[in-house]
Amino acid sequence: MARRRLAVLAAALLALCAVFLLWNLRTPMGFILQLRAEKLAALVLVGAATGAATVVFQTIATNRLLTPGIVGFDALFIFTQTLLVLTLGGAGYVALDSMAKFLVETALLAGAAMALFGVLFRKGAEDIIRMILTGVILGVLLRGLAGFTQRLLDPSEFAVVQQASIASFNTVDPGLLGIAALALGAGLAGALALAPRLDVAALGRVQARVLGLDHDRLVLLSLGVVALLVAVSTALVGPITFLGLLAASFAHALLRNHRHIVLILGGAMMGAAILVAGQTVFERLMGLQSALAIIVEFAGGVLFLALVLKGRKS
Amino acid sequence: MRGFPIALTGLALLGLASLLVGATNLWNTQLDAGMVLAISRVPRTVAAMLAGAGLALAGVVVQQSVQNRLVDPGLIGTPESAMLGLLGITLIAPGAALLVKMSVASLTALAGTAVFFLLARLVPRRDPMLLPLVGLIYGGILGAAALWLAWVNDLVQFIGIWQTGEFSGVLRGRYELLWIIAALAVALFFLADRITLLGLGEDYARALGLNYLQTVLLGLGCVAVTFAVVVVTVGAMPFVGLVVPNIVSRWRGDNLRRNLPWVALLGAVLVLAADLMGRVVRWPYEIPAATIFAVFGAALFLWLLNTRKVQHG
Repeated sequence: MARRRLAVLAAALLALCAVFLLWNLRTPMGFILQLRAEKLAALVLVGAATGAATVVFQTIATNRLLTPGIVGFDALFIFTQTLLVLTLGGAGYVALDSMAKFLVETALLAGAAMALFGVLFRKGAEDIIRMILTGVILGVLLRGLAGFTQRLLDPSEFAVVQQASIASFNTVDPGLLGIAALALGAGLAGALALAPRLDVAALGRVQARVLGLDHDRLVLLSLGVVALLVAVSTALVGPITFLGLLAASFAHALLRNHRHIVLILGGAMMGAAILVAGQTVFERLMGLQSALAIIVEFAGGVLFLALVLKGRKS
Repeated sequence: MRGFPIALTGLALLGLASLLVGATNLWNTQLDAGMVLAISRVPRTVAAMLAGAGLALAGVVVQQSVQNRLVDPGLIGTPESAMLGLLGITLIAPGAALLVKMSVASLTALAGTAVFFLLARLVPRRDPMLLPLVGLIYGGILGAAALWLAWVNDLVQFIGIWQTGEFSGVLRGRYELLWIIAALAVALFFLADRITLLGLGEDYARALGLNYLQTVLLGLGCVAVTFAVVVVTVGAMPFVGLVVPNIVSRWRGDNLRRNLPWVALLGAVLVLAADLMGRVVRWPYEIPAATIFAVFGAALFLWLLNTRKVQHG
């Protein structure tokens, strides 16, 4: 049952990709195809990374409302990036090899995320709404900190950070695609390796511990995987807060399955499908180049409100 | 009112510091020091005080009306709906007078906040943390709508200006609308007892003979106008309306009429301090007061959330 739905989802994603690539293809075909393929790769990478990260994150947070974007993971990434520029200087930062840079940034993000959210999840497990609100405000705080440190930079150094952190699907750095694909592969592999244990963790911290799961360690490992995946999407295109929420909610609704092997793959494909479909509609049908992120925020916000209000009534 | 004169002196000293700190050194400049003071420093100092006081008072009104201490008018969609109104009037009538723009912004802010109040009735009161969350997301949706509207019409820069409150653009002749806040503060002082009754909930308030709807609308009107004025002149400043009333009520209990002057004063002090800090940290460049306040305000909010509340009689 779940396997068939997963196959349908995969087929739909492939079809969407084909439409994106081949719609209205005109003569300098090679050139247009290459341009579109790069964009498509970025869309798929970002969508898949965000979807998978959100599924993992929601399980360790034991909450379907929180996503890495909402609690400010991406802001934390931009903040660490800014700190790196601040300490190394703009020239020193640019001189770093892009692979090394990505690894250092991801390691910093993982460390910071484990320190911050590890404590939050361990302490806040009883009072879920307080934890969500703390997470959301933490996101605001981290975004404020990132904004604050960026204002401390020289204009030229600021330009370096801006280029690294604020991008859109239209200005993806093709050199980063390879690294991002590798990192996504590693992140997905890590998430799938954790999947059986996540199945247990989904029962709740107390139950999972009764069943012999080292819950604290799993939380740290999962946060590391989530950090890697978030680094992929933020490094490529910058923050889209609610994409993960959309992807994970739709994946849960479509697959109706509690096994994380299925859910993680489904979330990844759903995230990619949302972005590819959205970009096709906005770019090809409506002629709006970069409004996709804004629309995703809008739809995601409405979904979030609906989830909150519905969950409270029952 | 013990201690109030001391606090006023503190505000005055801060104001003096604000008059003396800036990119231009008053004692050693080719410009006329008196002119710098009259055109830039004095308006700027007054603007920061007025905006801070107004936002803090708006926070009290909203928190009493929805009976929730964790709600901040800056984080429930009020500034975003004011921005939507401003965008709309800018598109329809680009040349409209500032007062017209502000009135439109007030009306949309009123409508946007009213919708949040309706949402607040749907959210069960059992969990006080839920309402601020709903407010944040509702504000985010309105913000995305405003951003989209601006995007389609090439007005994104406007949004950026309205979103981050800062005082470096305040000059004589461009901030006077903020004095409306002073008038609103006086009005609020007379409304204080009724707003206290709002804090008891609709049933009790009605039983005590309060015209509930009228009072809520009056309070909301004050909040909406305050936000419209602040967004038009200096830009949105979140967290002021949240942090200040909470600090005051922890420290002095909940007698609203006695607290209002403290709330206004503390709001003025904190915003002025944030502005001053923004001027000093990276002198002679400036960091917006709202950016500074977002960091400190969010940190304070986290602290408020995760410590147990002290109960006062």
